[in-house]
Amino acid sequence: MTEMVKADIKKELEKAAQYVKNTGMRVLVCSGTGCVANGAFDIYDQFLKHDTDVMFKKEKKVSSIKTGCRGFCEQGVFVAVPDLDLVYVKVKPEDVPEIIEKTLQNGEIIERLLYEDPVTGQKIQKENDINFYKNQTKAALANCGNIDPESIDEYVATGGYEALDHVIKNYTPEQVCKEVEDSGLRGRGGGGFPTGKKWNFVRINEADQKYVICNADEGDPGAFMDCGIMEGDPHKLLEGMAIAAYGTGSDFGYIYVRAEYPLAVKRLRIAIEEATKRGFLGESIFGSDFSFKIKIKEGAGAFVCGEETALIASIEGDRGMPMPKPPFPANEGLFGKPTLINNVETFANVALIIKKGADWFKGFGTETSKGTKTFALTGEVNNTGLIEVPLGTKLKEIVYDIGGGIRNNKKFKAVQIGGPSGGCLTEEHLDLPLDYESLKSVGAMVGSGGLVVMNEDTCIVEVARFFLQFTQNESCGKCIPCREGTKQMLHILEKVVAGKAELKDIETLTELAEVVRLGSLCGLGKTAPNPVLSTLKYFKDEYMAHIAENRCPAGVCEAFKLIKINPDKCIGCTKCAKVCPVNAIDGKVKEKHVINQEKCIKCGACLTSCPVNAITEGN
Amino acid sequence: MVAEAKKNQEKIFEKHRKFCKVNEIVEKYKYEKQNLIAILQEVQTEYRYLPEEIMTYIATMMDISPAAVYGVATFYSQFSLDPKGKYEIKVCDGTACHVRGSMPVYNAIREKVGLQEGKFTTDDLQFTVETVRCLGACALAPVVVINGKVYSKMTADAVKIIVDELLKRSENDN
Repeated sequence: MTEMVKADIKKELEKAAQYVKNTGMRVLVCSGTGCVANGAFDIYDQFLKHDTDVMFKKEKKVSSIKTGCRGFCEQGVFVAVPDLDLVYVKVKPEDVPEIIEKTLQNGEIIERLLYEDPVTGQKIQKENDINFYKNQTKAALANCGNIDPESIDEYVATGGYEALDHVIKNYTPEQVCKEVEDSGLRGRGGGGFPTGKKWNFVRINEADQKYVICNADEGDPGAFMDCGIMEGDPHKLLEGMAIAAYGTGSDFGYIYVRAEYPLAVKRLRIAIEEATKRGFLGESIFGSDFSFKIKIKEGAGAFVCGEETALIASIEGDRGMPMPKPPFPANEGLFGKPTLINNVETFANVALIIKKGADWFKGFGTETSKGTKTFALTGEVNNTGLIEVPLGTKLKEIVYDIGGGIRNNKKFKAVQIGGPSGGCLTEEHLDLPLDYESLKSVGAMVGSGGLVVMNEDTCIVEVARFFLQFTQNESCGKCIPCREGTKQMLHILEKVVAGKAELKDIETLTELAEVVRLGSLCGLGKTAPNPVLSTLKYFKDEYMAHIAENRCPAGVCEAFKLIKINPDKCIGCTKCAKVCPVNAIDGKVKEKHVINQEKCIKCGACLTSCPVNAITEGN
Repeated sequence: MVAEAKKNQEKIFEKHRKFCKVNEIVEKYKYEKQNLIAILQEVQTEYRYLPEEIMTYIATMMDISPAAVYGVATFYSQFSLDPKGKYEIKVCDGTACHVRGSMPVYNAIREKVGLQEGKFTTDDLQFTVETVRCLGACALAPVVVINGKVYSKMTADAVKIIVDELLKRSENDN
């Protein structure tokens, strides 16, 4: 038997505060997935080596700290020194010696490494003066990028695990559920079901065993909010789960996380181990009779497992296929027991709600959508990254104020929100507040929060095809409308982008979409037609251009591309004919060359081979 | 003759060693059905794919039908029933990577390593080229991962240089 640890939160807090104080001047190196890909570990190791021999102005100790994602992945690797109110962007390993010598020892600022405003060209030293950060409100992500996710003391020093201690000592489970319900928190995984209500359903069920599951199977292509939280602040998730367990009467939890997130898995494992050692998880938490253990289950790559019942089947070791509801997981879930399933971000809000109160949380958002929401802002905007704003923020504020507008001065075309289940928003929606109801009213959804911005060079039909290919591929095959319907829809879209569709195909496409929506069991099938329906609604002319006018307005679809040789420029060098892999170019030396369009596969090899730029590509 | 017998002996030993490892993994997970996915994941890490005879062996060990194991193995995209190449090149085709041009990158790699249509692994088992689901590094799109190392903001030209380097390395190895 291991000795029981009785944690005392006050002592822990003091200890943690001392620990953080002892770090002295903190040098934060962003180590989210994005920055790691840009060499963050190398940079961190270099800094770390000098922690012992570098003193700030010869008096203050310097500590290098590996943090989670700071959000502005585009500008990685981020190195921040909060004591100097300073951030460096795009730091390379070779910049480290200079930073140590100038900034860490003498407090000098290195101009070259400061963020440059893309519009004004001004160099910016403080993070909060950067437009990308200035316009955000951070709650769930507040610690991400500021603390070391692999150190429990850093989390405790921010007031971590105080909320858990508070509910165990002062609240009944019923009060916990009520507090969460009062806050108006709704599921952040996409559905938007009131969280407190869901908890209460599980609480009122009498059973010898109940489970709490965290859905961390963030499968939407183009979304990485949950990844950011797990990598940057894993304890916040664990604390939220523990509070949920107390509120629902459960003593065992699972985190179902994608295997594609190895760094998140690693940090979660460390966090669980540390929290258990301190007595914040495990038996008799804070000396009470409440116990809660958490186990990690790694997914194996199936989008449909984001659906509650499929996820449960997967944890049980089966194929992740959804089941009809009812029975709802709250009544009969994992191993037939009452089960609470919430998304990562939902749990990440819980401790804050308990600590700061339901009224504080209600202060953000709109009438029906309370609180803040994280979004993954990607695609053709200047500033891509992980952001958090109050629900109800207008699309235009996100794209232009935070995102800094469209890259390369191109024109805004559309935003795909909510991944393959969501829809697209166009110019007319720039003033639309992003909340559950408003988005639903225009045929889109918050989804998990992926925002992919597209410009005039993106072919909307091709994007619809891409999403449908994704859902078709991920359909588990249980319901025929989803399995076969999406396949036929995809087939039609492939015909459209290949220039082989007829007008009546659009009719069939709409009809099929309706059948798939109505005839599928789970969310995957029900929402699979959304990208097609919403693009058909707002960009019908583009579909028509492909079908009736034989052209792709964005110039993307290869079938409509024509590669031509300008006879005025051609010098007859035969270079293009030699590189053509299908011998589609005819012509003798010093004669004008011609491309046989029937044979041409549009590979573009001739384009680069021409010494006089006589070959052009166009619609 | 003696050499051949020795070789056969070696093969039997080799196979024996293989199954030993499987035994270890299944035992570690206490033969529990709910751990089947985790077991297959570890087995795949060991062999780089799921050999058929090993799946049947696992089924027997766990007292479930081979169909159940096969069903799980074919359901999840992480599992592969075919051997993978020495260099596993994964091109992310999440939405963000897709709109920033992951397909030209993917095609460039396929062409460079000489993959024919419908194939994902080269005949010499040097390269496997696949698209994968979103890797969560969307801000660095398009992203390519080669044996775990992430390459960000790829272009068709840039990736050709990287693959050239790998081709050289794999020639040297042989």
